[in-house]
Amino acid sequence: MPTENEVIVRVGGAAGEGGASTGESIAKLFSRHGLHTITYTSYQSAIRGGHNWIQIRGSPEKVYSQGDGLDLLLVLSSETADIHYSKISPGGVILYNNEKIKNGENLVRQDVKQLGIPATEMGRKYGNLPIQNTILVGALTHLLGMKLDTLVSVIETIFGKKKSDIFKFNVEAAQEGYNYSQQNFQPLGKRMNYTFTPKLLMTGNNALALGAVTAGCKFYSAYPMTPASTILHWMAAHSTKYSVLVKQGEDELAVVNMAIGAAHAGARAMCATSGGGFALMSEAIGQAGMTETPVVIVESQRSGPATGLPTKTEQGDLLQMLGAGQSDYPKIILAPRTVEECFYTANEAFNLADKYQCPVIIASDLYLSEHFETVDSLNLDSVPIDRGLLFDGNGDGRDYKRYQFTESGISPRAIPGQPDHMFVAPTDEHDENGVSISDVLCGIPKYVEIRARMMEKRMKKMEIAMQDMKAPSLEGAKDAELTLVGWGSTQGPIKDAVLALEQEGILVNSAQFKYLWPFPAEKCEQVLSQCKKLLLVEGNYSGQFGLLLAALTGIRIKEKLLKYDGEPIYPSEIVTKVKQVIGHI
Amino acid sequence: MATSEIATYESETKPDWCPGCGDFGVLAGLKRAAGILDIDPKDILVVSGIGCSSNLPGFFNSYGFHGLHGRAIPVASGAKLANSDLNVVVTGGDGDGYGIGLGHFIHVMRRNLDITYIVMDNGVYGLTTGQVAPTAEKGFKTKSSPEGVIEMPINPIALALVSGATFVSRAFSGDPIHMADVIASAIKHPGFSLVDVFSPCVTYNKINTYEFYRPRISKLDQTGHDTHSMEAAIKRSYEWGQKIPIGIFYQTERPTYEAEDAVLKNGPLIKQKPVARDPEILLREFM
Ligand SMILES: Cc1ncc(C[n+]2csc(CCOP(=O)(O)OP(=O)(O)O)c2C)c(N)n1
Ligand code: SF4
Repeated sequence: MPTENEVIVRVGGAAGEGGASTGESIAKLFSRHGLHTITYTSYQSAIRGGHNWIQIRGSPEKVYSQGDGLDLLLVLSSETADIHYSKISPGGVILYNNEKIKNGENLVRQDVKQLGIPATEMGRKYGNLPIQNTILVGALTHLLGMKLDTLVSVIETIFGKKKSDIFKFNVEAAQEGYNYSQQNFQPLGKRMNYTFTPKLLMTGNNALALGAVTAGCKFYSAYPMTPASTILHWMAAHSTKYSVLVKQGEDELAVVNMAIGAAHAGARAMCATSGGGFALMSEAIGQAGMTETPVVIVESQRSGPATGLPTKTEQGDLLQMLGAGQSDYPKIILAPRTVEECFYTANEAFNLADKYQCPVIIASDLYLSEHFETVDSLNLDSVPIDRGLLFDGNGDGRDYKRYQFTESGISPRAIPGQPDHMFVAPTDEHDENGVSISDVLCGIPKYVEIRARMMEKRMKKMEIAMQDMKAPSLEGAKDAELTLVGWGSTQGPIKDAVLALEQEGILVNSAQFKYLWPFPAEKCEQVLSQCKKLLLVEGNYSGQFGLLLAALTGIRIKEKLLKYDGEPIYPSEIVTKVKQVIGHI
Repeated sequence: MATSEIATYESETKPDWCPGCGDFGVLAGLKRAAGILDIDPKDILVVSGIGCSSNLPGFFNSYGFHGLHGRAIPVASGAKLANSDLNVVVTGGDGDGYGIGLGHFIHVMRRNLDITYIVMDNGVYGLTTGQVAPTAEKGFKTKSSPEGVIEMPINPIALALVSGATFVSRAFSGDPIHMADVIASAIKHPGFSLVDVFSPCVTYNKINTYEFYRPRISKLDQTGHDTHSMEAAIKRSYEWGQKIPIGIFYQTERPTYEAEDAVLKNGPLIKQKPVARDPEILLREFM
């Protein structure tokens, strides 16, 4: 159930009824009131029809997840009531268009207020404009004691120019909705303090794309696949503004190979996909490892296997990412934990790719990619661009060896076009000069040794990279009875669960992993060995991170909360599980 | 323009192809073409996939990328888009380009990137010891098709013509001088150019040998062929049997992808600066 100090709204409607955009305007309304805001959108793989809903949670305090409970259900289509009515928390409200639910039919709950508005009637004078949603949001603004002016500013952002009729009509409609509510309904009575402190409202994919652009990404390729597609859309929309060449390829094989080609030629390059596309990319990711080409690949996971649930979330591809491509080669896997961290992680990923001349995989998922979250601010300068060890192109190049054996395993990289440093980057095993040793040389003792040394040179880079891989610190009470262990996007629900448990006097803390490969096993062991009891929280069936942890540290977590129904993890589910595990139930 | 010595493009690594392999002729033809055009080796990027023929970048003095089987075209495309000042040449086999990489082949042609693609067409998978390749004629017997292949062969020239390639040509390894002229024209051509080369595999293809081609080859430019006529080009692309045409089938002008991409209007990508980290610009839309 939502607390006094937060509000949770859900908007439901058929696809094509503007539910998502209505939800986004409510999220903007919240964030412009200075509320920490988080959304979660549940949608289906259908362009029209079906049922979509979006949940928006706001609070003056920092909130970390979509939250539990429901204060206000905003109904755009009749089935919305059927699906979500029972979810409304006692004392909550159902706000609807009278035409959609005739006279509040079947709304029998005594503990829920029914607020019907003749929105269709009121909107008739605007002709065919789909303006009912705005009328309802106007009413919601009043019910939450929010400012109509702020809603007007949101409408302006959405509909643009002040002079346009659409803008004008929507403002009028919002006003009418607000007035109707004022005349007929009591406000919700939340005691929230609106500070109007400006915040940034963005999705994980927004933050990732923005981070990439800030890091100097110049080449972005992709093949459409939910939930990575919104990176493609954002990049394409901003391509000329930020001078990023955006290329939709014919398939993911093309996409990743194009990015590698662009990177080889010297541009910072990124591509993104989901699990299925990533499977197609895996041979080429090994190619980047072998040719020592820096490239960033985003894998936004969705429910699998195969096509799975394209619009639902999961953390089921960790083993795929760890195992991508044949044999051993240098690669780095980072799992950002919040929307804000997506921004910094993109910056970091490009630097790590250049530093270690290897592919860097950013492991996101549908939940993190697509939900909106407020970010207080972003420090754009916190991660300076570092292109790593680049050959300056001076000197006669006579002694230049692209794959020179060095202490660190990192060899200076020349870029095509630089005078006198020609080399071939081969996917075949090669010597220091990049000459293939796979055909007529392999098996000859000298080259047997070179092969082994080359393997060691590449993998040496991962030993050094280990210094950059951090173990999470324990968040929360030091002497906690139990530690929640998760990775990536589950941080939000875990944090909220920790807070909720604290309210009940149960002390738990959490360790949330971001640096997954090379896995900083020793550092992690140190952190986890301080803990009394561990509970693994993951969005997949087999506890894939648990397997990694056990394999590399020997720490086997017996208690697990594993979710694989496509829905994100809710704090309440963690709370229940924790109580079970520590015997409070 | 002073033409460069062929030695300029000589690599220290000697080819390891079977003696007599058609790919030697292609390497010679490419060096000669680069010499004719007087291109500085540092400004050439040769990209290949995997196969005997795909080993070529290692034997040519320039920048190179010896990638994965079938994926040379997208690597080359990315490199060209990143640095449009580079002369990007892709080399590989018919298995690499018309088999596993066929999808990329078609798309790169409709894109019209300024890339030259030289395919060493030998009807077999040489490197994997002679299985059937997509250009093998119906009935061709190999280890993997002992009863004779059942499928029709791909016609790369016709395919290129209908896929929007702006320069479509064929050459023969047995005539590297003619080939060099064709390759030089292909590299000079602004847009995607295909050079399909009959490059005999002396080890695994005992049908399509030098002796097979020599009496059949007829040069298009000696038969009054109009290289600007798509109709004529399509017709000639189906000629097979006693007379097999080589030379330029078709050439037309269409703006290249690079010329039409808005971002490249400001010059090659790798010369463009990262965005200014100005919160007013970068963060405004999220307020
Ligand atoms: C993904 C993948 N599949 C299969 C192979 C094995 N393979 C290597 S070369 C080759 C075929 C080569 O034939 P072609 O491209 O015609 O070149 P050629 O050797 O005849 O010059 C194959 C199938 C591979 N390297 N990668
Ligand atoms: S096997 Fe055939 S294609 Fe390969 S090198 Fe020998 S002759 Fe050339």
